[in-house]
Amino acid sequence: MDFEQTRYPVLAGLAILGMSLLPLAGVRAEEPMQGMDGSQMEGMDHSQMQGMDHSQMQGMDHSQMQDGDYSDMQGMQPAAPTESRTPIPVLTDADRAAVYKGGMDHHMGGQALNSLFVIDQLEWQDANQGSALSWEANGWVGGNVDRLWLRSEGERLNGVTEKAELQALWGHSVGPWWDVVGGVRQDFKPGSPQTWAAVGIQGLALYDFETQATAFLGEGGQSALRLKGDYDILLTNRLILQPTAEVNLYGQNDPRRGTGSGISDSEVGMRLRYEVYREFAPYIGVTWNHLYGKTADYASEEGADSNDTRLVVGVRMWF
Amino acid sequence: MTINGSLPGPTLRWREGDTITIRVRNRLKEETSIHWHGIILPTNMDGVPGLSFQGIAPDGMYEYKFKVKQHGTYWYHSHSGFQEQVGVYGPLIIDPKEPEKFSCDRDYVVMLSDWSDENPARVLAKLKKDSGYYNFHKRTVGDFIDDVSEKGWSKTIADRKMWAEMKMSPTDLADVSGYTYTYLVNGHAPDTNWTGIFKPGEKIRLRFINASAMTYFDVRIPGLKMTVVAADGQPIQPVSVDELRMAVAETYDVIVEPTDQAAYTIFAQSMDRTGYARGTLAIKEGISAPVPTLDPRPQITMDDMGMGGMEGMDMSGMDHGSMAGMDMSGMSHGDMAGMDMSNPGHSEMLGMGAAMQSHPASEANNPLVDMQTMSPTAKLSDPGIGLRNNGRRVLTYADLKSTFDDPDGRVPSRTIELHLTGHMEKFSWSFDGIEFADAKPLLLKYGERVRITLVNDTMMTHPIHLHGMWSDLEDEQGNFMVRKHTIDMPPGSKRSYRVTADALGRWAYHCHLMYHMELGMFREVRVQE
Repeated sequence: MDFEQTRYPVLAGLAILGMSLLPLAGVRAEEPMQGMDGSQMEGMDHSQMQGMDHSQMQGMDHSQMQDGDYSDMQGMQPAAPTESRTPIPVLTDADRAAVYKGGMDHHMGGQALNSLFVIDQLEWQDANQGSALSWEANGWVGGNVDRLWLRSEGERLNGVTEKAELQALWGHSVGPWWDVVGGVRQDFKPGSPQTWAAVGIQGLALYDFETQATAFLGEGGQSALRLKGDYDILLTNRLILQPTAEVNLYGQNDPRRGTGSGISDSEVGMRLRYEVYREFAPYIGVTWNHLYGKTADYASEEGADSNDTRLVVGVRMWF
Repeated sequence: MTINGSLPGPTLRWREGDTITIRVRNRLKEETSIHWHGIILPTNMDGVPGLSFQGIAPDGMYEYKFKVKQHGTYWYHSHSGFQEQVGVYGPLIIDPKEPEKFSCDRDYVVMLSDWSDENPARVLAKLKKDSGYYNFHKRTVGDFIDDVSEKGWSKTIADRKMWAEMKMSPTDLADVSGYTYTYLVNGHAPDTNWTGIFKPGEKIRLRFINASAMTYFDVRIPGLKMTVVAADGQPIQPVSVDELRMAVAETYDVIVEPTDQAAYTIFAQSMDRTGYARGTLAIKEGISAPVPTLDPRPQITMDDMGMGGMEGMDMSGMDHGSMAGMDMSGMSHGDMAGMDMSNPGHSEMLGMGAAMQSHPASEANNPLVDMQTMSPTAKLSDPGIGLRNNGRRVLTYADLKSTFDDPDGRVPSRTIELHLTGHMEKFSWSFDGIEFADAKPLLLKYGERVRITLVNDTMMTHPIHLHGMWSDLEDEQGNFMVRKHTIDMPPGSKRSYRVTADALGRWAYHCHLMYHMELGMFREVRVQE
């Protein structure tokens, strides 16, 4: 038999094995091999074949092999071929010409600009000193790692703007869960407008637990620190209880704006929203606002309370 | 958007050995393309804009012409933007040159797909803003109370703590759900009930094709055994099952022999159990069989994600030096509290089951990688999340055995290991933490035989599709099992397959979940001389 003819040089070992059977079988070795169950062949150990006693094989029952029963051979493994059993076509100029040389116009969306704007709170508050309109919003524009973040919060009491600020921050992800942010904060109220430099971190401390810590350096050496967090508790998949907390600290007393050094004020809230749509959720809630230290003193000079528990009604929206 | 005005597009029927010519004229206002999924063809016929050709401009025409070298059940779809989601897809049947080993009296295509009235770009924008947008089955306070009464406080709190620290939800089975999707059989919604007619005693071949953009289906026909005879168009040794999970883009040919009932329901529930596609096999039009209720919604476990070792482990006293090769940067050590390893060493670590998985350097502290599996396994004989121990014989990858021997046979000359990565909250998807736009092509030398090993470092299931060349799946011992065009990768899995680089050119290689592909779980594979 001609070993050159076979396209399965790997199986040569097997063919040798078959050769001794050939006189009995009277068939070419390749034929039964081609019909062989490959899954059994995989399990063959070639090393065993090297040491195989041919005399034993003479006594092998060929009829079994005709039936495709190669159980005797299990445990043997032929060396893998060095060339593909299915011939790999020789390349032609047509194959080469078919290769596209152009660029990828198809821009995958991963690099696209995405955005989110959330009006977390837009609410009416029943305050000690009358009724207040309060808002808190944030959002981002950008990719996965670098984003422009916008934050705004403020309050109008009895139709007069008491607090209003806007922050624009560049955020860069420093890991899967944390962004470093830096930028500016502009206060419009209280008092005269004030500009701050801002730097901070924000991220997901736990599932559904958003946190941020931002330090501010203002004009005239004023400094401030704000810590915020909120968490979603799913009563159902649409009825969601959201505790929130915010604390502000300042480096100096600022009597004109009514802020004292140290811990100045805190707001703890509990809001229950119903997501009619994901994007639109009316809510009711309570907030507990506290003023501390010098800030509380400034407030009492103006006749305001340092503790204020407010009923709030509002709507959360995003787009 | 449709092909010739129908959804799905017309069933194309080719014959193996023929040279086919198809002229695609673009009557859309945007660029389009048609990709022949799973077909071996010259690179300029593959239909991927930017890799195979420049796409088909509005009012333009492209002539596809190539020799058909295979037979079986396949499909075709647009590879441009989101056109596949909105209807540019259809079945592709290739009749064999030689008769098949089985014969059937009837032959039906059962093409499953997902339809949304929302613009796909809008769906994606929503997912980028809120990746849980379509999941209305997150765990609630009520579930917490139920778990406490069932498992006790300490177990429940430990479980909640672990998921909270991973910043993930075990209910994330699908990014897009029945909240927006209607699931279709051959373009029919469940209530319009696509029906295939049979006479009792006939053998019917059903050609299941999962043409969804995002949906895995669990398919069964109550009252009938299904004999699976082909997977991804390629013949397999017949296996009789009650149910099979279809990854997106997979095809399965099954033979059923209905006898006693007048009607049978083809029931294909989405993997996240938010809906189903449904059709009927009946002796005449207009009759139907009961439609089963959806199975209970499964939750992903730490075991599913190859994090099984983490439950109840306390690594607090652990020597980091002994954990060589394990990259824990993407993972908070707090996650591991609970495992008692007071005297840790290598031997004990190995004793934890599968060996610790190493990870590419590009994943370390990568903002786009939110988890890394610790001890992934092939999971070939695992029916999958939500299908285990359901009382039905479910097809697994371990059941898939090609009717032919490994068509190449060579030992792969090298192994390319790629990790499927993502970030649920950012809704970013990538290989090795690198999105397509930032990635270099994978280079293969023409003629070489390589092994691709995939490791799933996400909690999602990904169907990975290589264009132009076959994916020859291996078992755990490295033996050839089955020839496929799409390899399903459940969470926590590590699977290997061989690829013969016998097709010159530039080929797409990607997750077939459309939004994952679009966001960057995609590579160019360049086969060059």
